[in-house]
Amino acid sequence: MLQSPLRPPLIEGNKTYRSITSDILNPMMNKAGKYWYLGMTISGLAMLFGVFMIFWTVWQGIGTWGENRTVGWAFEITTFVWWIGIGHAGTFISAILLLFRQKWRNSINRSAEAMTIFAVICAALFPLIHLGRPLLTFFIFPYPNTRGLWVNFNSPLVWDVFAISTYFTISLVFWYVGLIPDIGTVRDKIKKGLKKNIYNFLSFGWKGSARDWHRHEVTSIMLAAIATPLVLSVHSIVSMDFASSIIPGWHTTIFPPYFVAGAIFSGFAMVQTLLIITRKAMGLEDFITPSHIENMNKILIATGSIVALAYMTEMFMAWYSGVEYEHYAFMNRATGPYWWAYLIMITCNVVSSQLLWIKKLRTSLAFTFFLSIVINIGMWFERFVIIVTSLHRDYLTSSWTMYKPTIVEFGLLIGTLGIFFTAFLLFIRIFPVISISEVKSVLKISGEKQHKKDLSHEK
Amino acid sequence: MRNRNYISIFFDDEVPLLQAVRKLRESNEIITDVLSPFPVHGLDEALSIKRSRIPVVGFIFGAIGAILAFGFQAWVFTVSYPLIIGGKPFFAAPAFIPITLEVTVLFAGLSMVAAMLIRSKLKPDIRFVPVDKRITDDRFVILVEAADAKTTLMRVKSVLSGIQTIEIR
Repeated sequence: MLQSPLRPPLIEGNKTYRSITSDILNPMMNKAGKYWYLGMTISGLAMLFGVFMIFWTVWQGIGTWGENRTVGWAFEITTFVWWIGIGHAGTFISAILLLFRQKWRNSINRSAEAMTIFAVICAALFPLIHLGRPLLTFFIFPYPNTRGLWVNFNSPLVWDVFAISTYFTISLVFWYVGLIPDIGTVRDKIKKGLKKNIYNFLSFGWKGSARDWHRHEVTSIMLAAIATPLVLSVHSIVSMDFASSIIPGWHTTIFPPYFVAGAIFSGFAMVQTLLIITRKAMGLEDFITPSHIENMNKILIATGSIVALAYMTEMFMAWYSGVEYEHYAFMNRATGPYWWAYLIMITCNVVSSQLLWIKKLRTSLAFTFFLSIVINIGMWFERFVIIVTSLHRDYLTSSWTMYKPTIVEFGLLIGTLGIFFTAFLLFIRIFPVISISEVKSVLKISGEKQHKKDLSHEK
Repeated sequence: MRNRNYISIFFDDEVPLLQAVRKLRESNEIITDVLSPFPVHGLDEALSIKRSRIPVVGFIFGAIGAILAFGFQAWVFTVSYPLIIGGKPFFAAPAFIPITLEVTVLFAGLSMVAAMLIRSKLKPDIRFVPVDKRITDDRFVILVEAADAKTTLMRVKSVLSGIQTIEIR
């Protein structure tokens, strides 16, 4: 395959197949460092706090939250949409970039897919808690019952149940199919003992046969092909939870593409946060190079600009529609009592992502890390602004009110962050954090050695 | 030497592996299997592996999922328990599309993975022993069928004389 000499190599350092295996597996199989234990302690404590707050909510009821009659849906749905959005970058990397043959995805797809799975788990917790009676969760599935009733298939909330459970299942299966050959590598590295048996069990007896590889590749590309419409549908359906209502500020046709772009935007920000830490902590600088980070920053510019365009379109449409309520809803968003949240949203999402046009900032790891956290905060506020500002001043001025979250609600957010990071930290100790076989398959095409050879041919 | 019905040729790179596969096939040796740590580009053509029909499985099951999902929703809202929701018709086809899409994807995805596992005979097996421990690391292996190990070994060695192999046994 021809490779542009202008592009930096995908894998740095003079690697061989053997050194790729050991470079990726050693940090995983060696004893964990003290920073890992520190991370586990912090995220474990956050998780415990969250679990207690979930328990408190279920025990006391949702009266422990700050919701009131006017704003009946706020912090939890905000966090739910935020988590679902974060998951989207993983599928974007693993499926859409695979279809577009973007080879640079090979060293980041595994961790991004893991992120998707953990983010969807965090998101799926919220509808459960929302129900108030988690034991009755099965009510949301259509099952034959003595009342002869079914769920309402015309409701986006029911579509959500199907979308998210399918999304979770397919992401999990896709991730595991990709993991099978690498679990085989781990199995063959371990000498004996219980650990060996467990990995042997998990590797499904992978032997690396040419026919198996062929089927494996066909299955992966087909899963990517069907996961692509899936991921676009999931956030579209989430947006329809709002768009199909008649609340001013929600009732717009722009919502599905706007939400999908926002989801990929926030997801890539989270991937940046995780990968910049992971490459440093696990010593994977040769595989996740600054050019990977830069590529993802370019996606952040693209999706960030789409989000900015959507904000402007919303404002324009509110004015152009001539609908008084729409007009008021958007004026209230920008200049009403929640102006500060709107300002955070604009600063963190629109202004900050445009800074990435500057090459120096785009290639700086420290800046990217800082920016990725800023964007994640901004995207949380985007959902908060959309949800709370549209609700808190409704058609009757007598019911206008303010919404203030309680400590219990903050606990749920902190708790899911704890669950997310605990799961990710466990993942990097249990499975190879980079897809070993996929990295090997690009070594000859775009490893540093090959790259130098290409360059010398040019001269 | 043990009496076996195949001999293994070891390589540490995919370029000699591909050369060897072509040469062995030219000299009419039967290649039982080729094992590698990653999918080798061009190996499918060299071994003339037919394109897998897993996408067909996915299509069939996806179609079944689509029909089931759409049919079920239509049945629920027209036959089993018709409800007027927002003054809309009972058979509100556009509203059934999202769930139909999701179930289609679910059926297609799971069926293709199941097909891959079944066809490749992959299943959790605690007693599995690999041919060589380094195949998942950096070894490429060709397994050649050998009715008579000794003569085949001699033949293979002469066929592959110019190619860089690690070990033939």
